[in-house]
Amino acid sequence: MSIEAHGITKAFGAFAALNGVDVNVPQGKLVALLGPSGSGKTTLLRIIAGLEFPDPGSGRVLFHGEDVTDQPAGKRRVGFVFQHYALFRHMTVFENVAFGLRVRRRRDRPSRESIAERVHKLLELVQLEGLAGRFPSQLSGGQRQRVALARALAVEPKVLLLDEPFGALDARVRKELRRWLRRFHDEIHVTTIFVTHDQEEALEIADEVVIMNQGRVEQVGTPQEVYDRPATPFVYQFLGNVNVLRAPALATALAETGGAADRNPDGLIYVRPHDIELSPHDAGGDGLSAVVRHIHAAGPLARVVLEQIQSREHVEVEISRSELSAMNFRVNDLVRFRLRITHAFEEDYAI
Amino acid sequence: MTPGTTSPLPIRPSRAVLPRATRDPAWARLLLTALALLFLAFFLVLPLAAVFAQALEKGLGYYMHSVLEPDALSAIRLTLLTVAIVVPANVVFGIAAAWAIAKFRFRGKSILTTLIDLPFAVSPVISGLVYVLVFGAQGWLGPWLIAHNVRIIFAVPGIVLATAFVTFPFVARELIPLMQAQGTDEEVSAVTLGANGWQTFFRVTLPNIRWGLFYGVILCNARAMGEFGAVSVVSGHIRGETNTMPLHIEVLYNDYNIVAAFAVASLLAFLALATLAIKTAIEWRTEESQ
Repeated sequence: MSIEAHGITKAFGAFAALNGVDVNVPQGKLVALLGPSGSGKTTLLRIIAGLEFPDPGSGRVLFHGEDVTDQPAGKRRVGFVFQHYALFRHMTVFENVAFGLRVRRRRDRPSRESIAERVHKLLELVQLEGLAGRFPSQLSGGQRQRVALARALAVEPKVLLLDEPFGALDARVRKELRRWLRRFHDEIHVTTIFVTHDQEEALEIADEVVIMNQGRVEQVGTPQEVYDRPATPFVYQFLGNVNVLRAPALATALAETGGAADRNPDGLIYVRPHDIELSPHDAGGDGLSAVVRHIHAAGPLARVVLEQIQSREHVEVEISRSELSAMNFRVNDLVRFRLRITHAFEEDYAI
Repeated sequence: MTPGTTSPLPIRPSRAVLPRATRDPAWARLLLTALALLFLAFFLVLPLAAVFAQALEKGLGYYMHSVLEPDALSAIRLTLLTVAIVVPANVVFGIAAAWAIAKFRFRGKSILTTLIDLPFAVSPVISGLVYVLVFGAQGWLGPWLIAHNVRIIFAVPGIVLATAFVTFPFVARELIPLMQAQGTDEEVSAVTLGANGWQTFFRVTLPNIRWGLFYGVILCNARAMGEFGAVSVVSGHIRGETNTMPLHIEVLYNDYNIVAAFAVASLLAFLALATLAIKTAIEWRTEESQ
């Protein structure tokens, strides 16, 4: 089931949550809507679900080519999972999962036995077989999230929509659960869209990432495409750390030393911390001189903050721990740095 | 810390020396508790005991006679009838209003919220007078009502209306904060799972508010039985016809039939105690379930 949204605009009072958004999700893909809070990603998800409606006359939502813009949520056969799970607190896990089947009209409703069978199958699928009799308050966050997923899947949705599915979990459970979601998606192949503000999460598990900012789509692409070839400065800065350096001070210096600097229309140079090479200062060679200001060596990579001598700009560099110990420099030492890759944006995207 | 190094932080005194902010001396706690209990004994327990003592002053026989004589029975019947109409009506209106306020955004919401509190804000006597002004013989609708032979003031409908007005806030007030705290996520989930409006209400919303609703009903019921001011204005005090229990008690008292007055009053007091007992039981129940 493919999902298309064309020219969606939605305003809440004077605030424009979405501004002519186009999204195209192919059948069976796992797609992330990624953006900072207030970027309109959740609103877009709720419009796809039928929980909100686009401004009259603005755009259409198509499921598999069929226009569902005016259909309410109950008719669209979507499975929606809320950030805070929204489990029915007075029902057991079993009853929660069975709910969507039990509220069907009598002639569409499966028999008691087949409902029970289906619920147990789903609980097995989300690895919660033993917990059917528990109440939501007796479960951990990760378990609740999986109950919510099983409940959404019980109605055999054509589309699965997840709103910040791991937002309320602690860091370790988040990581586990998102990998689990990826494997799970590979098993069931339901077209899935999830909203997240965590770029690591989106880049790790999505087939395709839609990056949103201020009610617009900034870029759509596979995780590697958007990370390696960001279309806009916003995307560059949003996906991982980046040094934004004022070009005039550096460009001339780089040109002198032979380092190529792509200059952007806004006059800035964008470079990721791991795309900078460090070398001891007295070894000579090309590169710009800088003073080491801080060294953070906790974790697999060491983060070194430099202060460039001419422009006094701060530059963050990531190098491996072994490189760091090989060079053996300390705070206030002089070093040289070279930009390995810098990034230029096409003129069209320049803001 | 190794000896010899100096710490920039002052060394803490041991815990036992520090007076704890939340712990008052024993005499203060005792005094406060004693004061509260004394106050309760004088102003709540003593009068309640007096009601039952007075009621039984001339023996159980006279007590039964006072409670079972026709005018008293009529007052009891009228009170129960009023409660039987008012409480269900206020449950329906209360849920509707709370639902609207807690689960939807709409214009005039704050006005509606304020209006719900109105019966608490105005004196019950004024509530009664308002109905007299609207439905009374000299009121706006009076001539029309007389022409069509409909009696509202000095009759049962007036009593029901006045009671309903005074007791309206109880259910709604109880439910609004509860429903607001619960939010709309569960209802929205139910809708995405294909439930219609009634299914969502009966399977999701109602079970979540049931104890709060029950609590509101009990309070509403207690007030409906005991309401005096508003009912007094609209009833006309016709013995055996438009006297509710509180009005009947007043009539007896004014006739210097003190023992009979207290006998009927003891019934109301008993109902109040039963209400409190149920309320406490519910509170235990809800605490356990949380």
